[in-house]
Amino acid sequence: MKLRRAWLPALLLIAGLLLAGCQRGEPLPLRLTDVSGHMPDLDFKLTDDRGKPVTGADYRGKMVLLYFGYTHCPDVCPLTLAHLHVVMQRLGPLADGARILFVSVDPARDTPAVMHAYVNAFDPHAIGLTGDARAIEALSKRYRSAFTREPAASDGNYEVSHSSAIYLFDGEGHARALMTPSASQDDLVHDLHLLLDTGTKP
Amino acid sequence: MNSRHFGFLLTGLLAATAVHATDAQHIRASHAWLRVLPGDLPAGAYVTLQNNSDHPIVLRGASSPAYTDVMLHQSSSEGGMSRMAMVDELPVPAHGKAVLAPAGYHLMLMKAANPVKPGDTVELTLEFSDGSTLATDFVARPANAVDDDTH
Repeated sequence: MKLRRAWLPALLLIAGLLLAGCQRGEPLPLRLTDVSGHMPDLDFKLTDDRGKPVTGADYRGKMVLLYFGYTHCPDVCPLTLAHLHVVMQRLGPLADGARILFVSVDPARDTPAVMHAYVNAFDPHAIGLTGDARAIEALSKRYRSAFTREPAASDGNYEVSHSSAIYLFDGEGHARALMTPSASQDDLVHDLHLLLDTGTKP
Repeated sequence: MNSRHFGFLLTGLLAATAVHATDAQHIRASHAWLRVLPGDLPAGAYVTLQNNSDHPIVLRGASSPAYTDVMLHQSSSEGGMSRMAMVDELPVPAHGKAVLAPAGYHLMLMKAANPVKPGDTVELTLEFSDGSTLATDFVARPANAVDDDTH
């Protein structure tokens, strides 16, 4: 009994340190590339798919999956969003704590209305963001992402090359993980569970 | 059961991706589907081609009255960048396969004549470099469909 009492303060201290550690962003055992502390917080000034001006701060309290693409991309962008839809389904009710932010790198064609129809064809947790070309470039540069418009074809149609990474932010807007195309869906689900369980406390 | 009946039975079994060979007798198409996107956005179409002949057969593209333009494309990911490029041809090796699947080779369908809905069937005519063609029915699937069939 005495022994147990003697241990109690130490246990409490350890528990307290662990909790404090979590709140200060101690490394979580993430399976994706951990970018905690190496990338700036989520910040932008864009327009959402309902035409409302939004900033990064509007998504505090939600985990964010940030992905750059464009709607005239018939293959890889829909595939990525379809995979994210499956991931959201696998999360079940936890998915309500997450938002997929699909940022257009082709704002000339991607109006809020086009983006609205597009993201809603994939998942209810997806939000389309478009806006001023310079604001989009600023966001892309902030995360060392890149995109280039390829030369237009004779019919004026053109393709856009874009970064294939998905950036994960916690509920406080801190960049936490980077998912590259080689990573598995299981790893993404694993990390989302970790971040949704521990990362969205106010 | 004679071979003709057996043929009909096979056709029935393949109903999901019904294929009727016209000229290209040695190519069999399967897993033919396309991803429907909202509005008039270009759609990606996918198919697996099996060449049962002793010679390579080269896919050059496709056409359809349902779309103004159909282009053979390839997506690639290099150095963390996704790219899409037009390709002139995709060889189907002798007694081998060529797979058009998400994140790789695909047909880009542009400007639908009429809106295409999930569940619809759209006929595309695949065109090969020897001048032969293969009319193939593609099943329209929703935007968030994931290609499970070919993997």
